[in-house]
Amino acid sequence: MSSRRSLLAAVTGLAAAALAGDAGAQQRLASLYMFIPAGPGGGWDGLGRAIEQVARQAGLVGTFQFENVGGAGGSVGLPRFVGQRRGRPDALMVTGSIMVGATLTNRTPVGMKDLTPVARLTEEAGVVVVPASSDIKDLAGLLAALKANPGGVSVGGGSAGGTDHITLGLILKSLGRSAKDGSYVAFAGGGPAQAAILGAQVKAGISGLSEFAEQIKSGRMRALATTGQERTDPAIPTLTESGTDVVMTNWRGVFAPPGIRPDARDKLVALMTELHALPAWTELLKTRDWTDAFLTGEAFTAFLAEDVAKTEAVLKEIGLA
Amino acid sequence: MMDSIAGLQLGFSHALTLTNLGWALLGCFLGTAVGVLPGIGPALTIALLLPITFKVEATGAFILFCGVFYGAMYGGSTTSILLNTPGESGSIITALEGAKMARNGRAGPALATAAIGSFVAGTIGTLGISFLGPVVVDLALQLGPAEYFSLMLLCFVTVSAVLGGSALRGLTSLFLGLLLGLVGIDLQTGQPRMTLGVPELLDGVNVVLVAVALFAVGETLFMAWRHTSAAPVVRPVGGIVMSRSDWKRSFWPWIRGSLLGFPFGVMPAGGTEMPTMLSYYAERKLVKPEHAGEFGTTGAIEGVAGPEAANNAAAAGILVPMLTLGLPTSATAAIMLSAFQSYGINPGPLLFEQQGALVWTLIASLYVANIMLVVLNLPLVGLWARILKIPQPQLYAGILVFATIGTYGISNSVTDLVLLYVIGIIGMFMRRFDFPTAPVVIGMILGPMAEQAMRQALTISEGNWLTFVERPVSLAILALAVAALVGPRLWAAVRRRASA
Repeated sequence: MSSRRSLLAAVTGLAAAALAGDAGAQQRLASLYMFIPAGPGGGWDGLGRAIEQVARQAGLVGTFQFENVGGAGGSVGLPRFVGQRRGRPDALMVTGSIMVGATLTNRTPVGMKDLTPVARLTEEAGVVVVPASSDIKDLAGLLAALKANPGGVSVGGGSAGGTDHITLGLILKSLGRSAKDGSYVAFAGGGPAQAAILGAQVKAGISGLSEFAEQIKSGRMRALATTGQERTDPAIPTLTESGTDVVMTNWRGVFAPPGIRPDARDKLVALMTELHALPAWTELLKTRDWTDAFLTGEAFTAFLAEDVAKTEAVLKEIGLA
Repeated sequence: MMDSIAGLQLGFSHALTLTNLGWALLGCFLGTAVGVLPGIGPALTIALLLPITFKVEATGAFILFCGVFYGAMYGGSTTSILLNTPGESGSIITALEGAKMARNGRAGPALATAAIGSFVAGTIGTLGISFLGPVVVDLALQLGPAEYFSLMLLCFVTVSAVLGGSALRGLTSLFLGLLLGLVGIDLQTGQPRMTLGVPELLDGVNVVLVAVALFAVGETLFMAWRHTSAAPVVRPVGGIVMSRSDWKRSFWPWIRGSLLGFPFGVMPAGGTEMPTMLSYYAERKLVKPEHAGEFGTTGAIEGVAGPEAANNAAAAGILVPMLTLGLPTSATAAIMLSAFQSYGINPGPLLFEQQGALVWTLIASLYVANIMLVVLNLPLVGLWARILKIPQPQLYAGILVFATIGTYGISNSVTDLVLLYVIGIIGMFMRRFDFPTAPVVIGMILGPMAEQAMRQALTISEGNWLTFVERPVSLAILALAVAALVGPRLWAAVRRRASA
């Protein structure tokens, strides 16, 4: 199946390359292998295919070849990418903060350190909600309840050790509590988690803002705070505004395999920088409702190190890493 | 109610255009094809079709997707019955009686009762979506992890129906299933369990893979092992059409299965597997005494009609939380939601208000797809049944090839192929020493679900075990489970004493 798809991609890619002459941009790579460590249809897959869409139209890359290997927050795909593509200058993997937590909790021998960071592209703020029927009216109310008895406030979200769980841990730490005291209920996927919050089975919930946005709009969930640096939704305050020093976003970016030469890495960084500057990219971010979080080079490497350290500290405290 | 009728009228006026009928037909064809292939399910197919959302308008694309979804439910039973190779987890139970019927010259009626049962269930399910959706979903939201755990305990009772003659052997099989179900990352802690350092095992062992390995590969290897050089036996294909008695015996199982399946589909953590198990259990208990002997021996038609209807009604039910609340409660629904998003539509509780025309067209196209599918599938019954005319060695070789290709299709992973044959060899020995294989699969499905639900419930209750009996719905389900477990035995004891 993947070979047929790559053939198809090659054919359409050739056609696009032929048309790209008048687009003005110079072709940076003849072909690019894009590895998605998740199934088709998810967030990483969406970002990968968005890159293809924009880069091919602009003629930056001739052809794209995709491979999806899903499972366990990317832990199944990661070793395959690192093992099979080592040193290859024309391969990228789409991943993000979910993998940071997953590789730590799953104790995979291969980790983020084995990848060559290229660029962070997008991020999504999380949101802390309570069911509409809840007594808790605002963030202060939730924080007071958490501070008094963290075990009594069950919080629903995605898989254990993921971004949602880490956010709860960081909030508890900022309250002077241990992350371990939290009563976190992990659900498999967004549907069951949302259902548990809507049905008031849990006291509160944490997830990506886009996942809960429609429930908040319809009044079935009450949003207390978002977890970004700045407000994503003008009507919802951030955690930092309310005096809780917690910033946690679900970021997504691209990485190259280990062992590639510095000039090959620079070429990929230049490619992503050029892609990011395209009006078509800005347009795409707007239609998909993705927050631009472009970061490359030293700054990205430093951010990554900090993210890994922060995540690891919380996971260690909970006892998961 | 009136709103629903007006909505349906609008929906049919959109769905019955030539283009949209074309999309529905294409979807039904594709869906039946992927349903027949083990491994490739509707979720993967729709995911691969996602790029068409750039080119095709929303209505057409969703009609195509719904056709694929319903079609896969129809097709899934075909290989279960003919080759004992279930294509997806909802049709694993269908294979129990279906394959036995096929082996005894009743493949035609088995396939027909599955197809017509799918139609009946699809229609009841779609009626449910049209008229009961918002009401049922609000009820379903009242169920929490505690209730789900109790429901799963109730389903464990059904294992007793497939344990076979020896409880020791049956329970051994069940525990093997529970063991396999433990492999992979634990949801509540993110820790890997029994993965032996193999990254592919982090995501757990696929239950369809195990079913195919035990039912099809194990059986095939056993046949090869015990094959005698006598003249090859060609199995009787038997009559194709359902007899009067088949209709009579199928009718109530269809209805009961449908009514059981739909609410399970609506439940956010329900799924298609649990209702098929409960339906199988119910049919086995309710069967007329003169047919009771067919269960587990020559194959009882009730055991195909009920679970297959339950499977399809549950599949229809899964669309309810998606359409009324925007909740993706299955892989297929999650992919469909991402398709909505690529049209700039954010599915949520306001979907019916904001996209009324699209949603009602989609529902109307479900009725259309359901009719198309039964018309497509019934004539195929004769064709499919003829597969059994292939002499046994060749037929079994074909099954092996088919199972291998299908398994590779799940994940393109060699690890899965190794697992298929290792578990297949275990299945061969289980067959040789009379260990039933169905409890393995049931344990594998229910075990992890029950474990997670129990731990979720206990986290919420701060470790208080009484939560399971303090919540009234949970208590009621537990009482039902106890009654189902000891009731028949007590009843038999009372009767024995009365007659003595």
